[in-house]
Amino acid sequence: MDFSQIIVILATAIATATPLVFASVGETITERAGVINLSTEGTIMLAAMVGFAAALATGSVIAGLAAAAVLGALVALIVAFGAITLKQSQIAIGFVLALLCTDLSSFLGNPIVLIPGPTVPSLKVPLLQNIPLLGPLLFQSDLLVYASYVLIVLVWVFLYHTRPGLVLRSIGEQPAAAFARGSHVVRQRYFYTLLGGALVGVGGAAFSLDFKAGWTYHLTAGYGWIALAIVIFGGWNPLRAALGCYLFGILQSLANVAQSNIQSVPTQVFSVAPFVLMILVLVLTSGDWLERALAFIPPTARRSILRTIRTRAPAALGKAFEQD
Amino acid sequence: MNVQLQHINKHFGAVQANQDVSFTVRAGTIHGLLGENGAGKSTLVKVLSGYITRDSGTILLDGLSAEVKTPADAIHAGVGMLHQDPLDFPPMTVLDNFMIGRAGGAFLNSRAAAREFKMLSSRFKFSLDANETIGTLTMGERQQLEIIRLLSLGVRTLILDEPTTGISASQKAALFAALKVLAAQGRSVIFVSHKLEDVEELCDEVTVMRAGRVVGNMPIPCPTSKLVNLMFGRELATPVKPATCREDVTLGTEGLVIGNNRLSIAIGDLSVHGGEVIGLAGLEGSGQSIFLLTCAGVMHPIAGRLLFSSPHGQVDMTTKPYHRFQRAGIGYLPADRLREGLIGGLTIQEHVVLRTPSPGLFVDRKRTHAVADGAIKAYNIHGHTDTPVGQLSGGNQQRTQLALLPQALSLVLLEHPTRGLDIESTVWVWQQLISRCRTGSAIIFASSDLDEIVQYSDRVIVFSGGRASVPISIADLTASRLGEMIGGNLETISKVASEHPNGSVKL
Repeated sequence: MDFSQIIVILATAIATATPLVFASVGETITERAGVINLSTEGTIMLAAMVGFAAALATGSVIAGLAAAAVLGALVALIVAFGAITLKQSQIAIGFVLALLCTDLSSFLGNPIVLIPGPTVPSLKVPLLQNIPLLGPLLFQSDLLVYASYVLIVLVWVFLYHTRPGLVLRSIGEQPAAAFARGSHVVRQRYFYTLLGGALVGVGGAAFSLDFKAGWTYHLTAGYGWIALAIVIFGGWNPLRAALGCYLFGILQSLANVAQSNIQSVPTQVFSVAPFVLMILVLVLTSGDWLERALAFIPPTARRSILRTIRTRAPAALGKAFEQD
Repeated sequence: MNVQLQHINKHFGAVQANQDVSFTVRAGTIHGLLGENGAGKSTLVKVLSGYITRDSGTILLDGLSAEVKTPADAIHAGVGMLHQDPLDFPPMTVLDNFMIGRAGGAFLNSRAAAREFKMLSSRFKFSLDANETIGTLTMGERQQLEIIRLLSLGVRTLILDEPTTGISASQKAALFAALKVLAAQGRSVIFVSHKLEDVEELCDEVTVMRAGRVVGNMPIPCPTSKLVNLMFGRELATPVKPATCREDVTLGTEGLVIGNNRLSIAIGDLSVHGGEVIGLAGLEGSGQSIFLLTCAGVMHPIAGRLLFSSPHGQVDMTTKPYHRFQRAGIGYLPADRLREGLIGGLTIQEHVVLRTPSPGLFVDRKRTHAVADGAIKAYNIHGHTDTPVGQLSGGNQQRTQLALLPQALSLVLLEHPTRGLDIESTVWVWQQLISRCRTGSAIIFASSDLDEIVQYSDRVIVFSGGRASVPISIADLTASRLGEMIGGNLETISKVASEHPNGSVKL
């Protein structure tokens, strides 16, 4: 395998991770506000179907993406109403929705299975695509991929460098304290749950309109669960979540390469391998062994390193806000 | 800022937490709000700071009527509150905490905020690192941060709810110095506390609350006994406990010192007799629960020995594990019934199953049902065998706890045995306890209800300021003597010995 081949594999990996980037960054936003939207598996699936259907009907990819975003926000609205207003178990609501939406996608999507439809056109960025290494790696795909780069950076800047972003983090940590400081906890949780849901929906459409173009039963099976795992692996940080997505993309690319080179092993092994490896990576990186390994570093330096590697869920994640 | 609360009423369910409370704080003063736990102090200041909406009443700030409906309204009007459990964001940095809730542009100007933070913290001689994570700070440092934050928002009246709980002596000194500076600047400070010595040290004026009402207002300094009388009030009830005390000693201590890493209290030599009831009085958190936990075997004493009588003579239990204490016939009922005593989601019958030792793997449904049913009838619990105890009322939970105590106990330890119970349940609980005394059980209980202490104790030990008094026979106890002691003027071993040189006092 020569160098250019490796670049191609990596470029494919980065591009094919795009739907996961949308979904996990969206879920990161939702969970930062203290709400778990566990329906991602179903939302992605149903949004893929709806987005494809809308694009098919209108002939417009934009309309497809918009429909998927609206669908994602609607599912998130059910989660938000149940979790925030009715104060019911977020896990139960999300899980049931995940199953329901998955089955709905097969049921409602029956007429459009395996029909060719519009896809996101490829677009190489002028100038940037000629940068050695980076050009072929990042800038020779399509607008949806570029949008995902922008999204990662935007959400990161929003979370860590803007006032509303700081407030968003605060309502996921200690809603009572945030309320004390004048935040509208309920209103904001609704907003960020819907926003996150819409992004998850876009992630679904990114499959059916771009990377697995078309629609068939269980087109996106497994990706919703992996997105949820990546949010945790990413420590609720959009940059690290994106890294997780790319890692998963690379694992998938490698599995594809291996599959074509090693014929003796059943193909199922390679399609399952990325999921298994990903879970292994999650387990390895979420333990506290790294912290213990760093014990010999002087405390002042250790503090900043620990802060970057330590992952902690928002303290109020999954808990209803009770105002007394 | 001058603050006036007029005729504030607030109820939670059937409990009237504030009843026609009027309260005035002058600008430039530190005003103490004193009262036992549950007197309604916190409710009152939460009404003022917008955390609780009042049922009725008026709030006047500098003479003008103010609409305070949310904490943000209160801050806007210049009233900020420091909570007992700091309302901050532990995983975030000091600077992030300082910035949350501040007005400003969409993008954070961390440098300007850090400058302001540094300036304010040096003005009050607080040494806080803006990049430190809140979770690693001490309670005192989190308070300092919160004070700085509130002041930077332009707060002109600062409320502190029990701020001296859980902070070090030097942090307390720094806090008091800062509060005096604030008062000198013309701000007003409301200092909520149940600690007399803190109020006496810091405040210019004090308002005392009891059972949801204001019962007095006084300039400081004033005699401690006067404050204690206001806090606990009225003449003491008359003892109602029949004589059940026997000659044999159930529990003996030798040179006992109890405590945790913050507090150590000398108990000395004490003999608790069979059938005797010892009441532990004092402001809450003065060490009564440590004493109970030590006697129950949950905590180990710092020094000295704990001796229990058994059929084979006296046994030294000082370092024995908890289950040995249980086997020795010592029962302990904690104050927090649902957190430490019972398991809210389990039914009465399941509690019976948990308590009953069983050799087999399977639960004997029929037998435990019969036992649970019998307990429900005998203890008059309003519930069924399959009612989760979390759904029972407080009185019925306490009845369940009592029903679950083994029949034959040599020593029963109780913390607030009748807190939150109606009068009927209270009387009933004590009937049960006294009938245990008649069979020879000794009882040690802590209560913040002085009436309960006086009505049911044979002897009383008063805890105050990290010390414990000698046991005082109930016949010798007067309201003023009890008040003096709770206020800190304890009668300890050395003092009694000097007052009774002929040794006529039996310990």
